[in-house]
Amino acid sequence: MLKLHYNLERVSMGLVAAIIIAASVGGIVEIAPLFTIDETVEVPDDLRPHTPLELAGREIFIREGCYACHSQMVRSLADEIDRYGPYSQAGESAYDHPMLWGSKRTGPDLARIGGKYSDEWHVRHLIDPRSVVPASIMPAYPWLLKSLDTDLLTDSLATLSELGVPYSDEMITSAASDALAQSRPDSNETDGFRARYEERPAIRAFDGDPARLTEMDALVAYLQALGTLTVVSETVVVEVDE
Amino acid sequence: MSKHSHREIDPVTGHETTGHDWNGIKELNTPLPKIVIWALILTFVYSVIAWILLPAWPIGRDYTRGLLGLDQSDIALEDYRALATKRQDWLQPFENVDFSALQADDVWQNNALPAAQRLFEDNCAVCHGMQGRGIQGFPVLSDETWLWSGTPEEIAQTIRYGINTDSADTRYAEMPSFNWMERPDRVALAEYVVLLGDGSVKPNAAAATLFSENCAACHGEAGIGGLENGAPALNDSSVIYGQDFSTVMQTLWSGRQGVMPAWTDRLTQAEINLLAFYVSRLGADEKQVAQ
Repeated sequence: MLKLHYNLERVSMGLVAAIIIAASVGGIVEIAPLFTIDETVEVPDDLRPHTPLELAGREIFIREGCYACHSQMVRSLADEIDRYGPYSQAGESAYDHPMLWGSKRTGPDLARIGGKYSDEWHVRHLIDPRSVVPASIMPAYPWLLKSLDTDLLTDSLATLSELGVPYSDEMITSAASDALAQSRPDSNETDGFRARYEERPAIRAFDGDPARLTEMDALVAYLQALGTLTVVSETVVVEVDE
Repeated sequence: MSKHSHREIDPVTGHETTGHDWNGIKELNTPLPKIVIWALILTFVYSVIAWILLPAWPIGRDYTRGLLGLDQSDIALEDYRALATKRQDWLQPFENVDFSALQADDVWQNNALPAAQRLFEDNCAVCHGMQGRGIQGFPVLSDETWLWSGTPEEIAQTIRYGINTDSADTRYAEMPSFNWMERPDRVALAEYVVLLGDGSVKPNAAAATLFSENCAACHGEAGIGGLENGAPALNDSSVIYGQDFSTVMQTLWSGRQGVMPAWTDRLTQAEINLLAFYVSRLGADEKQVAQ
């Protein structure tokens, strides 16, 4: 084999061809399984897409770089199941483009954070983490209390629907008003929101102030939805408990 | 350019040269160290063995499963079950617990309380503090003041279903907004409530009437509380949001509906009981430390 390499080194086009072949093995091994991803990853029947408000929160999560310290994937290890709950399954993030599984944890995993703490706690923790967790090293994000820009939400939903996320035309056109409705329990738009997204997404003033739609509303709505888009993952725990 | 067959040994190092000659300078063709070649051979051999034994190649909708038939998610669940079984030894009695018996039982306290502390730090401490001393807006668990009594049974109920949650059995603690009230009335009421807090309240006909008309139904006559409806006593400085003038004004204006999440789906019955037992003792332990 070393002899082959020695001879190949002397034929430049032969060496180029050999490099291309060797490098493409690595590529093919990673790309080939994606050709059958539609068949190999089962999308849970009850998986719901993010609401426009949660989607806006997701964009803020990405903008602020939360993913750099917080993963969103409970790995299939006993200790992880013990601490965070059922391990994450591929189908859970079928509607995430891009997925935010992450691989580095400076803070805890967030895949099952939805519902674990109250909205009020999230708001205070984001404005000043040390006010609730004295030992925290998380940066503060006080600017999240500014108003949420909903102009691009319709385009976001339209783009995601191109990628296969089941948003109806009605959902796309009323994205901005649905975002507002989800944070304003007393508004007239909540009926339309419920008709489009059904009973599961929570309608609350996530930042505690129903009068204003802020980035905080969006981010907290997103955090509280994490791990609640499908209940299929709970079957793992039920199996374990029995 | 020399022929491949031409071999020339460098007299100093004993290695072959490449045979090239640039103005009398020749390049050594030092062979790869043996250890590198062996390491390469070993990794190739290992990868072939791994392909045979472990899940490896994707084939269409399936993949080669390997002779050992290993599956990481099965292993994780198996390990987790082993972990849970091991814990059952001392966790089992908490499933349907007689708290008064536990109170006397040192063995359970010694085995289970360290685990309870870990559970508390993982799940409760972010709001209630590492020692359960609370912060503004999140109740102190290490004192004698409770909205629904501090017995383990009642605490377990709160942990299970939460406060102001979507759960059907949730507890409610909903202070309504009094923003419809005239500002002078609100100011008088707030001043009255502040004085209730430090026990220096003076008879003030107008404010006292306002209080008994609007507040006493939940907070009790003269704010003594104890009605177990989620409304705190206002005469023992235990109000979790604070009882200074500006805080009371804000509470009157916007109301308070603090949320404690429900833990039924996240923790097992036994873990909830264990935590309830732990929390019910926090106050007693704190007292002991003080003495």
